[in-house]
Amino acid sequence: MTPAARRYIFLVAGAGFLAFYLWGLAGLPGFGRYPGPYGTVINGIAVAQTKATGVVSAINFSYRGFDTVGEEFVLFAAATGMSIVLRHLRGERERPALDEAMDRTAPATSEAVRMAALLLAGPTVVIGWYLASHAQTSPSGGFQGGVVLATAFILIYLAGQFLVFERVSPIAITDATEAVGAAGFVCTGLGAVPLGLPYLSNVLPLGTTPGAVDSSGTIALISFFVGVEVAAAFVLIVGELLEQALLVRQEGR
Amino acid sequence: MHIVPFVVVAWIAGVGLYGLVTSRHLIHQIVCLIVLQSSTYVLLLGVGYVTGAVAPYFYDIPVHTPAVDPVVQALALTDVVVEAAVTALLLSFAIQAHKRFGTLDPQELAEFKG
Repeated sequence: MTPAARRYIFLVAGAGFLAFYLWGLAGLPGFGRYPGPYGTVINGIAVAQTKATGVVSAINFSYRGFDTVGEEFVLFAAATGMSIVLRHLRGERERPALDEAMDRTAPATSEAVRMAALLLAGPTVVIGWYLASHAQTSPSGGFQGGVVLATAFILIYLAGQFLVFERVSPIAITDATEAVGAAGFVCTGLGAVPLGLPYLSNVLPLGTTPGAVDSSGTIALISFFVGVEVAAAFVLIVGELLEQALLVRQEGR
Repeated sequence: MHIVPFVVVAWIAGVGLYGLVTSRHLIHQIVCLIVLQSSTYVLLLGVGYVTGAVAPYFYDIPVHTPAVDPVVQALALTDVVVEAAVTALLLSFAIQAHKRFGTLDPQELAEFKG
């Protein structure tokens, strides 16, 4: 199919889609006039029921916690899938990073970049843990905190080089950390089962002050495990991609 | 105008789809997919918005303050995570395609078999 024909078919199909979309819009209640009732109900009861003031986290880690188990395993499967897709093929070997164009030298990382990355690495870890451990309080949680934590490792790569990145995040340890995070979530959910309660029931003490660090029981614990899992998954994903870009070359190239 | 956010959704989705269809480079195509998926965030958050309401966080405000729908916000979070996972996997496929066939043009890749 030629690109022109492809574009033509897309425009015809797009016009049809647009017509249906506009027809659908005409039946919507309009922006800002959310008809409820689900969100309104949950906003009204979540704080009293879970002692979490962050209702989005309460939903993610409690009301629809089982969905979030699946969501977390999407990420887990993606990291695993990448390791499989990017495994070393026959005829590939590792070699130190060399610039592809041999007649010019790769510029060294500037001191300013190194300094900025090193200065940011510590605070980034603190912010990451802060986010991962305050899911019950404020707009944060394990997913956000985990990504920020992984950023700290990428800053280390920026400040140093890939070999340092590998040394601070060896694949075996990162893999194990990811597994601990994923299993922690699943086992926290299983903890309710021996008590005769449904999977992922909030069995831990809820605390007294809504939104305090020790409140909301399993919501805070699950968020912590999710943070560990997400951070490890992203470090693995970034590590795999960097390894491809920097180390793996086909024989004779 | 009560439909402007939903028109924005259609626009972002349209731009992303157009790029996906006409793209001549796999990495560019993956970025187009990200743009296409971004439209779903605007859609989800737009559907749950309530005029004059606050974010669903009740740490320093009374519990019965009108707040926007938290359910669609939780869904948007799921959406972001899935997008990150899908993007990572697609990028690794692009790396392997380039290694194997030496090109990232979807037109040329379609001519190879296996």
